[in-house]
Amino acid sequence: MKRITQHPLFWPVITLALLLVVSALFQPSFLALTWRDGHLYGSVIDILNRAAPLMVVSLGMTLVIAVRGLDISVGAVVAISAAVAALLVGGSFSATGEVQAVHPLWVALASALAVAAACGWWNGLLVVKAGMQPIVATLILMVAGRGIAQLLTGGQIITVYYPPFFTLGNGFFLGLPVALWVAGALWIALHLVLSRTALGLFVRSIGGNPEAARVAGVRSSAITLCVYTFCGLAAGVAGLIVSSNVKSADANNAGQLLELDAILAVTLGGTALTGGRFTLAGTVIGALIIQTLTSMIYSLGVPPEVNLVVKAVLVFTVMMLQSAEFRQLVARLARPDKSLAGNRR
Amino acid sequence: MKRLLPLTVTIALFVAMAAFGAVRYEGFLSLQVLLNLIIDNAFLCVVAVGMTFVILSGGIDLSVGALIALTTIISATLLDLGWNPYATMATVLVLGAAFGALQGFLIQRFNLAPFLVTLAGMFLARGCCYLISTESIPINDATYAAIAQARIPVGGGASLTIGGLIALAVVAIAMRIAHSTEFGRTVYAIGGGESSARLMGLSVDSTKVGVYLLSGLCAALGGIVMTFYMLSGYSLHAVGLELDAIAAVVIGGTLLAGGVGYVAGTLFGVLILGIIQTLIAFDGSLSSWWTRIVVGALLLLFCLLQRLFEGRTPRAS
Amino acid sequence: MMDSPAVVLQARDIARAFPGVQALSGAQLTLRAGEVHALMGQNGAGKSTLIKILTGVCTPDAGSIEMLGKAVTPESPIHAQELGISAVHQESHLLPNLSVAENICAGRYPRRPWTRGGGIDWRETERRAAELLAGLGINLDVTQLAGPLPAALQQLATVARAVATDARVLILDEPTSSLDADEVQALFALIRRLRDKGVAILFVTHFLDQVYEICDRMTILRNGRFVGEYACAKLDAHGLVAAMVGRELAASERVPSTQTATKGDAPPVLAARNISRRGQLKPLDLELKAGEVLGLAGLLGSGRTELARLLFALDDRDTGDIAIDGKPVELDGPADALRLGLGFCPEDRKHSGIVADMTVRENIALALQARMGLTKFLTLAEQRQIATKLVEALGIKAASIETPIGQLSGGNQQKAIIARWLATHPRVLILDEPTRGIDIAAKQELMNEILELARGGTAVLFISSEIDEVVRVSDRILVLRDRARAGELPRGATEDAVYSVIAATHHP
Repeated sequence: MKRITQHPLFWPVITLALLLVVSALFQPSFLALTWRDGHLYGSVIDILNRAAPLMVVSLGMTLVIAVRGLDISVGAVVAISAAVAALLVGGSFSATGEVQAVHPLWVALASALAVAAACGWWNGLLVVKAGMQPIVATLILMVAGRGIAQLLTGGQIITVYYPPFFTLGNGFFLGLPVALWVAGALWIALHLVLSRTALGLFVRSIGGNPEAARVAGVRSSAITLCVYTFCGLAAGVAGLIVSSNVKSADANNAGQLLELDAILAVTLGGTALTGGRFTLAGTVIGALIIQTLTSMIYSLGVPPEVNLVVKAVLVFTVMMLQSAEFRQLVARLARPDKSLAGNRR
Repeated sequence: MKRLLPLTVTIALFVAMAAFGAVRYEGFLSLQVLLNLIIDNAFLCVVAVGMTFVILSGGIDLSVGALIALTTIISATLLDLGWNPYATMATVLVLGAAFGALQGFLIQRFNLAPFLVTLAGMFLARGCCYLISTESIPINDATYAAIAQARIPVGGGASLTIGGLIALAVVAIAMRIAHSTEFGRTVYAIGGGESSARLMGLSVDSTKVGVYLLSGLCAALGGIVMTFYMLSGYSLHAVGLELDAIAAVVIGGTLLAGGVGYVAGTLFGVLILGIIQTLIAFDGSLSSWWTRIVVGALLLLFCLLQRLFEGRTPRAS
Repeated sequence: MMDSPAVVLQARDIARAFPGVQALSGAQLTLRAGEVHALMGQNGAGKSTLIKILTGVCTPDAGSIEMLGKAVTPESPIHAQELGISAVHQESHLLPNLSVAENICAGRYPRRPWTRGGGIDWRETERRAAELLAGLGINLDVTQLAGPLPAALQQLATVARAVATDARVLILDEPTSSLDADEVQALFALIRRLRDKGVAILFVTHFLDQVYEICDRMTILRNGRFVGEYACAKLDAHGLVAAMVGRELAASERVPSTQTATKGDAPPVLAARNISRRGQLKPLDLELKAGEVLGLAGLLGSGRTELARLLFALDDRDTGDIAIDGKPVELDGPADALRLGLGFCPEDRKHSGIVADMTVRENIALALQARMGLTKFLTLAEQRQIATKLVEALGIKAASIETPIGQLSGGNQQKAIIARWLATHPRVLILDEPTRGIDIAAKQELMNEILELARGGTAVLFISSEIDEVVRVSDRILVLRDRARAGELPRGATEDAVYSVIAATHHP
């Protein structure tokens, strides 16, 4: 029993399960799944679908945090990626009433992803080559990125009319949302790369002890650069899902507060902000927790505004639990008779 | 003197932009246009001053925008309930200071990352805003209205608002604190090297809490100034303002790593942000979101310059 | 008037243990007014623990401290200062972003009266600082920022700050580590002035000639135990080195020669010409042949680790070239060095060696994997095999190879890091203090392992503070002193011979 409770995924899973149970108690039909219109239908499917963009971004963020970094520009990159895709696809009504894309779909998608990856690479350059603190380096893109996205869309919300574009955010495959498949595929691909190549080992060593990793001959700079690039790419994928889902690109609102949710998802899942060990599964569960919470609050009839307060409490709790000083305080309070003589600083 | 170099660069940049505007657009360089820079950005100025102290100590405060919004909403709500306007102002100031102090305490006592604590604080404050009201609450109080409309003549037909006056007063008081009080000097010392400052016996812990208290207080004061400006309380006020405040501080010459910078620089940082917007407005053809891009580019430039500057001056760990 | 001046501080039978190690036991210290007293000992001898106790950073488990005859227990650095004990630590830096005057007066600013505006009186601050410095013979403009000042002047200002509070005891912990000869003299002039004012000065250093130049007495610690207090005039450098370094093993046996593995005419595997780094190592040449064990001896601060770091490209060298097999190479960093067959086992395993959260297996496999690159991945089975073999060969005590390495004892962690490098089958292996924190039996095993490596053709650069080990195992011994080459000794040299080269100083 003790071994189960000490498993790193224990608390995230329990939290998620708790949320699902509470939701089901308040809304009996919560866990119900039906088959409708050729796909699975139900509150749970809804949660999975909505959580997909967050899952994707959080997966990218996990690696960045694992190397002791941070990327707060992912929201802006989502907006940029959505804008690029929407602009390139566009969609105009032809004489026959069919909608044609301005550029082939694959060009639009590939361009959006390329731009997003370039954003990530830019962040990585600032951190690795210019030696900037990650918060500062990614703050710049966070500030300027929205402006760039606005520039691309001309301040308008660009509506996409080309139906094939919508499958990413609205379609279903084998009964489950396409977005979920994409998130799942990314998770599996990442897992394979991390466990079948040396990348996982290198990332953990860089985050665990950057100096030791360097002495051991790990090419820390190159790997860190790759990690930031991937984070940008992941944000790009999320941008495609989001814009596909709402059939438009809104440079102002797309990805708003997403970076904060992503950091929260990563920490809820058990990856420490101090870097080193990380868990992809934990991050996925963390994203699900956040989305389930949002849905639960909504379905409970509680005003959605409570969402932010709850997230704040969650962040505080996780932070305190990860703080050594806090754990020491709790340990001391739990054992008031323990002698402290000679133990100083 | 070498230490005034960043400040000089900032002031030079401001002068250059003003000159550019004067040359390119008619009526750009009137006194009122310049005063408008302060009037329109008074709340940003107040908040950025508080942020300056936090950044000087090597920290960061992401909650200020949300605190401003919370201040406006609480003010509007209290006034609606019939509270005395001055009691309202005093209350929100105390609340802001308390909020900041709480964040500071958590950061100092449990050695938490300032970025995270103030991020959670931002969530919390913004969430409380939404809980109180999602709609905009107009402020109808007579005193507030009077303050909002008051104009202090400065000469030459130009005038300043009370908000603008408060902003300038805050800058002056902050300059005094930074230069002449033990608290202010300890802030610089912490930024120069926290462990060295501790070894010197300076009261590092209480000062660390103090800077966040000050930042919360400034955010609340900025919120009050905003209520004069907007005459409403709204949970969506000041979204993203913390980034503007940080940008103003950095462009003003304060190192993000801490220890180096002047409050006067922040004032010019705010003026530069204001003048960018004014230039774009005067131009008319550029969309307003160019502001975000220019601010981002300036931030990058100043950060890179700071890395060069830091490379020359070795810092104590 | 008595022969010896009044005793200011008397510490008796000080003992202090930390988890797993008895840092100090039975330590005695007597500091007299107007005397400069040296505290000597190698790494781990207990010097820093004693200083922490004197300055109130930690409390002793046993023993007593008396200031001017009264029993005291310093509870914090501020309290110690109030008792009259001031310290300038190695990591006491001035705040680089503040002026010298402000650094000196920080926390004790003179204030203007409220009637004149209140606040800090900067003019008075500058005046006080200037007066203090002038009184100590330090020539410095107090209005300039402390950061750009050369380290030596910062040092003097830090000392000035420490004595501004009427200290009776001044502790100087390694104050000359980054000073050149002239700067050291300037510091000594200041120390003499303070001494003449009656301050009792505790001077911690590893530079022997400085001890004899400025100190009147010395206290020697070794492995946490008190060895003795001596007048400097009564114990010469040779005796001092012997007392500090000592000898752990009973009788050292000559180890069978490994000459058979050394090829005479092939170019050296590793050749460094004229390499130096400002402030860390003066230009020096070094050659390593395959199958050879080159011992690097010298006291703390002699530049051994700095040399190793330059060879492994952890730090950038300012001058000189490195050649492997006679061909010059450009090493941009450790990854390049690793690729060319070098290995480096660092001195500070906690900071630069282990990744505490990763398992023993992963730590061992790390360097090998780093050399193989990203895509050629060692499978789990292969990692296990390599790790298990090395764990057995080196006698690493761990619950399993899947235990996080942070849970192992220091000695076993050290062995695991060595295992990491052995796994890469390096052509040149640099070992920086590999036997630190390892018990005697394990040290023997390690020595034998080193010889095995050499027999197999690996060139080994063996750095150790334990001279007896260096002497047992090396084919040649290169001695460093004060960050420069001091001499070279052949195989078969005695420990005494090594002491002599280290101790050979300019003092009469």
